[in-house]
Amino acid sequence: MAVEMRIALRNYGKIDPLKIDEYISLGGYAALKKACAMDKAELIDQVKKSNLRGRGGAGFNCGQKWAFASKADADQKYVICNADEGEPGTYKDRLIMENDPQTLIEGMAICAYAIGATKGYIYCRGEYPQVVAILKAAIAQAREKGILGGFDLEVRMGAGAYVCGEETALIESIEGNRGEPRFKPPYPPVSGLWQKPTIVNNVETFAVIPVIVEKGSEWFAAIGDPAYPGTKVLTLTGDINQRTFFEVPTDTKLNEVIYELGGGIPGGKKFKAVQVGGTSGAFIPENKLDTAIAFDKMAAIDATLGSGAVFVLDETRDLVDVSTRIARFFEHESCGKCAPCREGTMRMYDLMEKINAGEGSPADVALLNKLGRVMSYACLCGLGQAAPAPVLSTIKNFAADYNAKFK
Amino acid sequence: MINITIDGIKTSVPEGSTILQAAATVGINIPTLCYHPDQAVKANCRVCVCEVEGNRLLQAACSQPVAEGMNIKTRSPKVIEARKTILELILSHHPQDCLNCIRNGNCELQDLAAEYIIRDNPFELKIRDLEKDFSTPSLFRDPAKCILCRRCVDACNVIQTVGALGLEKRGCEAMVVPTLGGSLLDSPCVMCGQCIHACPVGAIGEVENIDELLAAIADPDVVVVTQIAPAVRLALGEEIGMETGELPMDVFVAGLRQVGFDYVLHTNFTADLTILEEGNELLKRLTTGGTLPMFTSCSPGWINFCESFYPDLLDNLSTCKSPQQMFGSLVKTYWADKMGIPAKKIFSVSIMPCTAKKYEASRPEMNSSGYRDVDIVLTTREVGKLLRLTGIDFKRLAPSPFDSWMGAYTGAAVIFGATGGVMEAALRTVYEVVTKKELEDVNFQFARGFEGIKEAEIDLDGTKVKVAIAHSLANARKLMDQVRAGESPYHFIEIMACPGGCIGGGGQPITKANAKRIERIKAIYEEDQALAMRKSHLNPEVKVLYDEFLHEPLGHKSHELLHTHYHAKDKKAF
Amino acid sequence: MAYKSIIQNFAGVPGGMLEAFHAVQNEYSYLPEEAIIEAAKAFGVPTAEAYGVASFYSMFSVKKRGKNVVRICESAPCHIAGAAEVVAALEKELGISMGESTPDGRFALEFTECVGQCQATPVITINSKAYLDVTPASVPVILAEYR
Repeated sequence: MAVEMRIALRNYGKIDPLKIDEYISLGGYAALKKACAMDKAELIDQVKKSNLRGRGGAGFNCGQKWAFASKADADQKYVICNADEGEPGTYKDRLIMENDPQTLIEGMAICAYAIGATKGYIYCRGEYPQVVAILKAAIAQAREKGILGGFDLEVRMGAGAYVCGEETALIESIEGNRGEPRFKPPYPPVSGLWQKPTIVNNVETFAVIPVIVEKGSEWFAAIGDPAYPGTKVLTLTGDINQRTFFEVPTDTKLNEVIYELGGGIPGGKKFKAVQVGGTSGAFIPENKLDTAIAFDKMAAIDATLGSGAVFVLDETRDLVDVSTRIARFFEHESCGKCAPCREGTMRMYDLMEKINAGEGSPADVALLNKLGRVMSYACLCGLGQAAPAPVLSTIKNFAADYNAKFK
Repeated sequence: MINITIDGIKTSVPEGSTILQAAATVGINIPTLCYHPDQAVKANCRVCVCEVEGNRLLQAACSQPVAEGMNIKTRSPKVIEARKTILELILSHHPQDCLNCIRNGNCELQDLAAEYIIRDNPFELKIRDLEKDFSTPSLFRDPAKCILCRRCVDACNVIQTVGALGLEKRGCEAMVVPTLGGSLLDSPCVMCGQCIHACPVGAIGEVENIDELLAAIADPDVVVVTQIAPAVRLALGEEIGMETGELPMDVFVAGLRQVGFDYVLHTNFTADLTILEEGNELLKRLTTGGTLPMFTSCSPGWINFCESFYPDLLDNLSTCKSPQQMFGSLVKTYWADKMGIPAKKIFSVSIMPCTAKKYEASRPEMNSSGYRDVDIVLTTREVGKLLRLTGIDFKRLAPSPFDSWMGAYTGAAVIFGATGGVMEAALRTVYEVVTKKELEDVNFQFARGFEGIKEAEIDLDGTKVKVAIAHSLANARKLMDQVRAGESPYHFIEIMACPGGCIGGGGQPITKANAKRIERIKAIYEEDQALAMRKSHLNPEVKVLYDEFLHEPLGHKSHELLHTHYHAKDKKAF
Repeated sequence: MAYKSIIQNFAGVPGGMLEAFHAVQNEYSYLPEEAIIEAAKAFGVPTAEAYGVASFYSMFSVKKRGKNVVRICESAPCHIAGAAEVVAALEKELGISMGESTPDGRFALEFTECVGQCQATPVITINSKAYLDVTPASVPVILAEYR
């Protein structure tokens, strides 16, 4: 039985997001007080032991990242919240920010204390101006109450670039540059914003930090899948009866999400495929639905949990057409810096368009496979590395759709 | 030291080494395209990717530091396939125009395509529908050929701090463009041509004037006369299969006669002349309260830079024309008269290591002779092509001397080609004029070398003169900002736009690293050392020029022919 | 034009060029050349670099466009929900094609990628305000607000 468990969204619908006192009355900012009385190394160790892994898609151990930044020696450190949320099909961060902005601020303040940072930024995508307004108001309220101490938090807007969800591109954008990723190493915890130690974490990651500090690492580590514990906010879109969001423990299975929580496929149609994790996720066929959403379990079926978007497609959908639309997305969003992505995303779209128009052949599919494979390990950043995944997964799992289109 | 294995070879390298550097220590050359030894690492072409054991992702050798125990494969099948695919992607978006391209035979993309045996490209050929930009007389851009390595952007923004080039848009639509996406002429481009050296392919080059030259040579009514800049000969050998400095001057002259030049003269003659005029101008400013510090004015890229970025400091510039332009105004007046050749029959050519000189020759005010003083400028590269066209074996060609009246020169003129050379040449003469004593050691060591800014206080028998030398415009800016703030301690400043001075100019053989510039600088001082006459004021032909024609430095005739003025340029630059 | 004063408000903000450009666009709907040059001056970068920033982000336009920017999402979830029909309705209602502006300067019509309202596809935004579950029938009603 799939059951919702709200940690990141614990205050959803219970408080007025623009009234900080309501957040406080539900226990808000008690965790920050507790954290600031702890030894920093001990605090970081708690976060590490909780095994909280990044909720933006990369899944790196949060506490481990904080430890790197904490160890780094610098006159200034930064905490950045990645609220770019560009992944199509995803709006979970908007939900958190629109309904409970203070949990994000509290999480960032705890991080700032832990690593020794006094300045923070929330990088919010430009397409969410109403969210930016809420965040600014919430920060002003927290500042007025004296809660943040010496932690200076600022909101910056993106301007329409999916690639700025990549942490180093995001950093470049805050620096006022084109949002082009940097090569790594060096990694941001060592050298990030203006070359200073920087932690970049997703909204959802920060949102659960106060609860982990309050209730302890063991409590969190015991929820869901042990290798990827806690909960995940999922946003369901496409051919699904419940086109809405759910927060579930990470050992919840895909079939439970789709049929129990999601209410199944509308119009009595049959399931065909689900793309999990956003537009760079693999398309998963029916025979793989008995898989938990946890990061490593998804990797085992060549899929990804990513942002937690769940995009369901029924039997009437043409996966070549959908994959073509996705290939066009990556051609648009490639930053253009590295050759294999700049050229490769263009070529993937050209080939998909050709196949989709009925002009393609098995040789084109073979070329897509080779190109996608090379991109997946030669591109400079995650965008280019992941862009081929949807196309390659549909070629592998839904060959019939392609065969139907050949000349 | 870090212990690694690379292609099966066990070795130790210093901590902080990249895979690229580590590989070089054991003689393994990893191919690169966007990497440039004098610029920040970019890691954007991904050509240098290598396999590192334990990592599914390939690592760019230019950016990945080695770690203890790393096991690297630079040529595994996975790597070769990745490199070939990346090259195929770049090549299929690149005009297949090699036969007509200015970089045919000297192109990094060609070299890689050959090395990686690219035959049938599986990607359909797509060429960007972008027009060529021939808006300036010096440089052209062919954006369809751009491979977006961004080496030109770094050269323009970081080394030269001109900022005429930048990126536009993103993804497959991304392109390198001049400011605001306009033409090169509308941008702050100073035409120094450093972008040409940075470009691995034919996306930027010089505007060639070879056709005009060949037409003039073919015309029996036209007398084709050329001057040669001091930085040309030593580098020209690099264009015809010789070492830097190996081509003897008199064989070069003979070669030019084979190409069809009627008279071969030397810019060094007017370099010596410039020292007389400029040295006296400096002394005049020093003693009569003129605008100080005085800047040299022989680098047209620097003049363009001053006009665009520091128009408030134009009065500091020496009013002397460059040696090229002094030559041009004299060859159609003084020299024409002495030779009994009608000025209107003379086609005045200038062979330069410089691209900005093409623009300089076209400046409207450069017509003091009553005609265009310099009709065309050819770069060292263009002359290299002409010499190759003759098909001659330069190791067997009989030498030939310069022609008269404007062909004699001293070592002081020769060193104009290196950063610090104009300063040293000026000091050799100014010393003797002020102290009235003979300068025994003509070598001013402080002025030599690749240091970005060099300075000294010279004691002229009690009179102290503070001088500074800068090369590359980033360094020029530092000195200029000081002057603008009223904080400059100097009396005289030499500025060369190009790194290393003219030997590194935009028209030289494609210069891939500063190491080559340093090699050329060495050749220049060796040439100076070997000459008997090393002070400009001892040049016998210059003496004749003053006796018969100019009468005195800064005199009426000099002002008419050898001095000029400048104009502020509004290039939306700062 | 008042670009200078708008941009000067952000001159002290490290990396504040994007904020400055948003502020200029709130007034003028696009980034005029003069504004880009002012931004370059204010942030101490070459004009070419400021232009590179302005032309990188899809929310910024360096070309003049209509005052009310109508954007329709073409990402996969909106695509399968019927975005194509809404595109046709928008083009018909405004009398222009995607990528163009109306002659009276009132509207600009553009594609955008996902705007994060995937619970109610298809989605359009006008000046970043989201309109949900859009159908061809609701297009004239939505646009009427801005006429």
